[in-house]
Amino acid sequence: MSRYDRQIKLTEVGPGGQGKLRNAKVLIVGVGGLGCPAAMYLAGAGVGKIGLMDHDKVDMSNLHRQVLFQESDVARSKAVVAKERLEKQNSEVRFEVFEVPLTVENAENIINQYDVVLDGTDNFETKYLINDACILTNKPWVFASIYKNEGQLSVFNYKNGPTYRCVFPKSTRQNISCEATGVLGVLPGILGTLQAAEVLKIILGAGEVMSGRLKLINMMRASEQIIKINKRPEEVEKIRKNGIAPVYIDCDLKNKEQWYLDVREVFEQPKPKGKKVLSIPMSDLTLRYQEIPNNQEVFVFCQSGKRSKNAIEILKNEFGFHNLKNVEGGIETIIDG
Amino acid sequence: MKVTVKYFGLVAEATEKSEEVLDLNGTLTALELKVQCLNGLAIADKESVQIAVNQNLDDTITLKDGDEVALLPPFAGG
Repeated sequence: MSRYDRQIKLTEVGPGGQGKLRNAKVLIVGVGGLGCPAAMYLAGAGVGKIGLMDHDKVDMSNLHRQVLFQESDVARSKAVVAKERLEKQNSEVRFEVFEVPLTVENAENIINQYDVVLDGTDNFETKYLINDACILTNKPWVFASIYKNEGQLSVFNYKNGPTYRCVFPKSTRQNISCEATGVLGVLPGILGTLQAAEVLKIILGAGEVMSGRLKLINMMRASEQIIKINKRPEEVEKIRKNGIAPVYIDCDLKNKEQWYLDVREVFEQPKPKGKKVLSIPMSDLTLRYQEIPNNQEVFVFCQSGKRSKNAIEILKNEFGFHNLKNVEGGIETIIDG
Repeated sequence: MKVTVKYFGLVAEATEKSEEVLDLNGTLTALELKVQCLNGLAIADKESVQIAVNQNLDDTITLKDGDEVALLPPFAGG
């Protein structure tokens, strides 16, 4: 009996629909809380090709919600682990791994090779980037985002429908991640599963796609609401005419006299301004440690406070720095404003 | 006129409410109500907060008695 028998029985699928799924290519950007459950259901349904894009590594604190990963995967590439795990689930699916971030330079080229994009990202820069690249390549994308116990979901740029910029024309600096706010694992599980459902409907051409509508979910209050959204043609035209409008998010730090060391990768945002902010990614520390002042206190930060703690250990043990202090809560705790 | 205002995300946290009924005087657009509601709240980027009236995203609507307004900040988490 066919592995897809139970879904082929549905009139919305049928043998023809299964063929559409087999021919479909879906790119998942961000294999985290949203991307993991979405990938499992899309692989299960027999989507022909799935792109898994994530430059991050598995952390122990991911395991409560990122359901593809196990304890033994900690410190391994999320995209690679996801591929290995999903291949065991369905060997008929082809997987393509991208262990790099989506950038202004690579977005259009990569997205052009797929039919639908599923947004599993955790920051505004990449959401706007997906949006713009999808406008330029004429692909629909399935958006979801989370804040604590709440979620938002929509399908953008579907058959010329509204886009992310039609809902939120101005980007914001307030990138608040699940790391910073906390989240129960089931919430991204719910949203990621709903995203997979939207992808399947888009591929099958079945049912009502969540285009032109924004779904709001509050898991704790057990409430849901749907907001109607309209296209702002001028926002879409701007992108068509001028190309991707990158979102560079800069910020000021509270104490302008203090020395800071930013150990995040160069693409991580927001980027603090100031003469006393050094930017040396973790991977360059052993090459560039001499740039760090050793005669006055330096606050070391990253996104969450974890990598900066490791950086201080390395700088202390290998290069004798004793003037470094970790910013425990990450960059959000030292931003001015 | 009475208008029900629903708060989401950061806005709900800043107001410490998920919704409330406001008794308003005079003529007010959705955008004007948003400015009034967010005034004084600890929200860094007020411009990014969107407003829906009766489940329609549109800040130009003139409010009338019985309307339901939602204040929606963008979320980034995933």
